[in-house]
Amino acid sequence: MSTLDVTAIKADFPILSTTVRGGHRLVYLDSGATSQKPTVVLDAERNYYEQHNAAVHRGAHALAELATEDFEAARVTIAGFVGARAKDLVFTKNATESLNLVSYAFSNATALNNRGAGLIDPRFVLNPGDSIVITEMEHHANLIPWQEVCRKTGATLRWIPLTDEGRLDLTHLEDLIDHTTKVVSVVHQSNILGTINPVKMLMDRAHAVGAIGIIDGCQSVPHMPVDVHHLGADLVAWSGHKMLGPTGIGCLWGTEEILEAMPPFITGGSMIQMVEMEKSTFAPPPQKFEAGTPVVAQAVALAAGARYLEKIGMSAVADHEFELAEYTVDALNALVGVRIIGPANAHERGSAVSFVVDGLHPHDVGQVLDSRGVAVRVGHHCAWPTCRRFAVPSTTRISPYIYNDTSDIDEAIDGIVAAQEFFGVK
Amino acid sequence: MDLESLYQDIILDHYKHPRGKGLLDRPMGSAFHVNPTCGDEITVQVNQDPQGGLIIGYDGQGCSISQASASVLVELIHGETIEKSEEIRKAFLEMMHAQGAGDPNEDILGDAIAFAGVAKFPARVKCALLSWMALQDAEIQAGLLTTGEGA
Ligand SMILES: Cc1ncc(COP(=O)(O)O)c(C=O)c1O
Repeated sequence: MSTLDVTAIKADFPILSTTVRGGHRLVYLDSGATSQKPTVVLDAERNYYEQHNAAVHRGAHALAELATEDFEAARVTIAGFVGARAKDLVFTKNATESLNLVSYAFSNATALNNRGAGLIDPRFVLNPGDSIVITEMEHHANLIPWQEVCRKTGATLRWIPLTDEGRLDLTHLEDLIDHTTKVVSVVHQSNILGTINPVKMLMDRAHAVGAIGIIDGCQSVPHMPVDVHHLGADLVAWSGHKMLGPTGIGCLWGTEEILEAMPPFITGGSMIQMVEMEKSTFAPPPQKFEAGTPVVAQAVALAAGARYLEKIGMSAVADHEFELAEYTVDALNALVGVRIIGPANAHERGSAVSFVVDGLHPHDVGQVLDSRGVAVRVGHHCAWPTCRRFAVPSTTRISPYIYNDTSDIDEAIDGIVAAQEFFGVK
Repeated sequence: MDLESLYQDIILDHYKHPRGKGLLDRPMGSAFHVNPTCGDEITVQVNQDPQGGLIIGYDGQGCSISQASASVLVELIHGETIEKSEEIRKAFLEMMHAQGAGDPNEDILGDAIAFAGVAKFPARVKCALLSWMALQDAEIQAGLLTTGEGA
């Protein structure tokens, strides 16, 4: 049973009391794309700018000290949210940048190694004959960077295929992740299918063949308790804006050892130890990966979001979402002419549920829902190959969060029926 | 918001009963366009009869707006000269970029005038324009048009 007081939670999110499209109550079911922000997050960002704003990690004045303290305290909070130490948490712009930071470690290490430029950790050096393994349900953010690494290094991209139910088909896992594999990078919870993947097992398999294991935690960190140490990964990437935080901040957690071994991605100020005209040395992680003025206000605000979630309790959040997932799946299954793309039951799945309506294009479904104030996502959800796998050009997706209850799902379901009636496909 | 202003009867009719759908045998020009945000696809093909009239073929899949727009396109452009095709295409583009203001010319646009309401929905303008962009490319490929006009 969900223990969340959704009415009280809703009241903490100013945007949820607004109306859209001519007076309709906003029913926001697009949190898989980005979450809404509670007042505490907005206040944290504002307070920071009003009281402590200064350049961090430099300058000797009072504000510089306060700003630096705020920033590093935020790092402790956000790292703690996933059971990690602050020094192992890197701030980026978003999860996409986090994953690029990692993929560039491989292409940069390979380029440096091929030039004989110093001691390069061989685990990051890719050659033709090496393989990178992902899944067929990756967000483009965990697909295109690896395609690019393969183009640059000659390594081969492999992917774990999907079953018709929308789960990983692990039948040939031992052949897919083999002695040639140097990277295994997989999504924890699919943003399009909702599937929760057995990442621990996949990371163990990666390590068994000496590969580096990476997890895209974009849809898991905001929605369930995540302790990075239990996932068994070397690196975990996620975005702040999907977990109540502001846009403009992403996270990358890595083991101390891996972050030490990785070459930097973006270079410049703030990431150096010593600089001469000919060459430079780099600061230890996380600063090594945070060139330029960092995302200070965003970190402070994201920390407030993390504290808000911790107060509710991530187990309670996960229970609540399980209930919504079950309710949504059951309601969609009960509709004639509607087919879920992804697991059609609540077992090992998140609350994001994609579906198609016979005879109706998702754009048109979304439009009818929008006319009733219901915000859902339509399209390929940045997982175009996944759509292709299920032979659909795109889907409609309902993705609720802590501020949604079953009445919001009901609104969406009513809207789907209304769309069927409007277009005469029922 | 009233759905009827977006989904005019004419649009729904073209969506449910597309006119002239199908590809040509040996097109002079053919262009495949996708809307990368939603995956809608359209192929528009062009031939020219000896009198200079355009022959249009198309195929595609997508939302009601993109598919109805392609159907209307065929109805309007089929048999017209390249000059007339350009006049219609430019009028359509102008209407779609007018955000619901403007004064579209029904004499030129015919059934396409029904898309005036779509211009008020920024997210759907791309859907409506998809086939018209493909038409331009197909005409360029056919050598009937030089690059860089309109859009
Ligand atoms: C599973 C997954 N991976 C990666 C991303 C990319 O996140 P961002 O756009 O914040 O970089 C998203 C967000 O859409 C996602 O859902």
